[in-house]
Amino acid sequence: MSRIKPEEVREIATLARLRLTDQEVDRMTVDLDAILGYVAALKELDTADVEPMTHAVPFDCPLRPDATAPSLPLEEALRNAPRREASFFQVPRIIASGSGGSGEDLP
Amino acid sequence: MAAIADGVRAGKLRARDVAAAYLDRIERFNHALGAYLLVDGEGALRQAAAVDSAVAAGRDPGPLAGVPLGVKDIFVTHGLETTCASKILRGFVPPFESTVTDRLGKAGAVTLGKVNMDEFAMGSSNENSARGLVRNPWSLQHIPGGSSGGSAAAVAASLCAGALGTDTGGSIRQPAAMCGVAGMKPTYGRVSRYGVVAFASSLDHPGPFGRTVEDVAALLEVMAGVDPLDATSIPAPVGAYRKAVQSGRGGGLKGLRLGVPEEYFQPGMDAEIEAAVRAALDDLGRAGAELLPVSLPHTKYAIATYYLICTAEASSNLARYDGVRYGLRAADAKSLEELYARTRGEGFGWEPKRRIMLGTYVLRAGYYEAYYGKALRVRRKIADDFTVAFTKCDAIVTPTSPVPAFRFGERMGDPLQMYLADIMTVAPNLAGIPALSQSCGFTKAGLPIGLQIIGPALGEEICFRVGGAYEARTDWHTRLPPEPATQTSSERAS
Repeated sequence: MSRIKPEEVREIATLARLRLTDQEVDRMTVDLDAILGYVAALKELDTADVEPMTHAVPFDCPLRPDATAPSLPLEEALRNAPRREASFFQVPRIIASGSGGSGEDLP
Repeated sequence: MAAIADGVRAGKLRARDVAAAYLDRIERFNHALGAYLLVDGEGALRQAAAVDSAVAAGRDPGPLAGVPLGVKDIFVTHGLETTCASKILRGFVPPFESTVTDRLGKAGAVTLGKVNMDEFAMGSSNENSARGLVRNPWSLQHIPGGSSGGSAAAVAASLCAGALGTDTGGSIRQPAAMCGVAGMKPTYGRVSRYGVVAFASSLDHPGPFGRTVEDVAALLEVMAGVDPLDATSIPAPVGAYRKAVQSGRGGGLKGLRLGVPEEYFQPGMDAEIEAAVRAALDDLGRAGAELLPVSLPHTKYAIATYYLICTAEASSNLARYDGVRYGLRAADAKSLEELYARTRGEGFGWEPKRRIMLGTYVLRAGYYEAYYGKALRVRRKIADDFTVAFTKCDAIVTPTSPVPAFRFGERMGDPLQMYLADIMTVAPNLAGIPALSQSCGFTKAGLPIGLQIIGPALGEEICFRVGGAYEARTDWHTRLPPEPATQTSSERAS
């Protein structure tokens, strides 16, 4: 019996913000099914009393002093932007048009 | 490497000439190997000239004066394109420098360029690069290992004197073994991850490659040490790694107990590899070490544990590639959602996609405890195995890889088979302990075999001492692969 179905793969792809083609969904279903079958072997170990280990080295989260310091210059920060406008990263419209604004999508 | 640094420091050798000689080799042989993605000839000669000026002015140029390095394309380099061998990060020119490359530069090392790798360091064969294959210098039909395949191949083929890599599940040691060079994954936090593109944050270990363990030690001495820019870096003093190599080379291993874990010598491993590693164990015994059996009983769960943890962390780390601030952006998206999904769908290769999907799956509400939570608990048991073993021995010796380099395409269709190539290297990453790989022989077909020396946390010196002692008794590290055919000038022009 398969552990994961194509519909579930599509759902996860949506959660991961990852567009997959139909062929990719089919291939992903096969691959994930095999990997999930393999990792199921962990179930045979009793770990009820084991403390989870998130990190190899225990450390406290250090906080830096709450002081102002120079940050990356604006031009440097925006240098790699695929699209920019003035001092902003440009993205498609998020808020629906109607209340002001031109309502035009990005070219 | 020491010959270069000593010669340059003494003014007997010009760093510029050294850099030019390596750049010439890259020009002649890189087309056949695919090790470099980007060669920064101008920058390298400029850095080398600065070293020469320092020497001429009587200033100390640093312990790595004029040593030419290949830098894995996962290290962020100011002003020099950094892509992680991906399509999605193509054209990214970083506005800052990684701590490791910064420290090496200040120590006089010269960056020749950025070397190839599996995309986002995800792979065991360097077949997942969006920028093309890297070939194994010992046999061009074979993989160099991954994900730091470009680093290992470049060192093996003398396209650099040393190289930088990262090791999340074996990505330094496995290619080092398959290309017949030395490489080390230090203790987690020993080397800063600042400016190293994140794959799985709790498992990523930057580390060095060299032709000899002494080269690796010399690089690590400069790379290691606490970094205020990385909250996970360890505030422990850096060891005297070169001295440790020399002490192993000179004084042998008397009084040292070396553990041999039965779980790493299972039926099914390549017979030639087993024979070479057993012979290496005999050599270490003759060098004065006491060999004793130890057990790491949870070894068989390491790969499953590793893949659940690394994919969970990767799905989170790779969320930053959304087409907004840098890299690729899908054209004509009508909404922000669509922009994200299409950019990522078009920009990532298959292996990152598979890992993002698995990671998202195991972190989902309702599945989290069954997969990710379970894996974190098994991780503890795997780390505890090492703690117990190190009460009996000072270091653990195993093969680095159960198989020699395989042919291109041989395992690409089967992700599980591919993941098993890392079976002998992943457990030290889960535990965060250091491990060194060095050459210990060749198969009849002429492919290198690697020996792995695992130490306790912050026990890099023990690994280096053992490695030095082994190198003093063998000559595997002195062998060089054949030079690939040189590209003709007309081929170069076309």
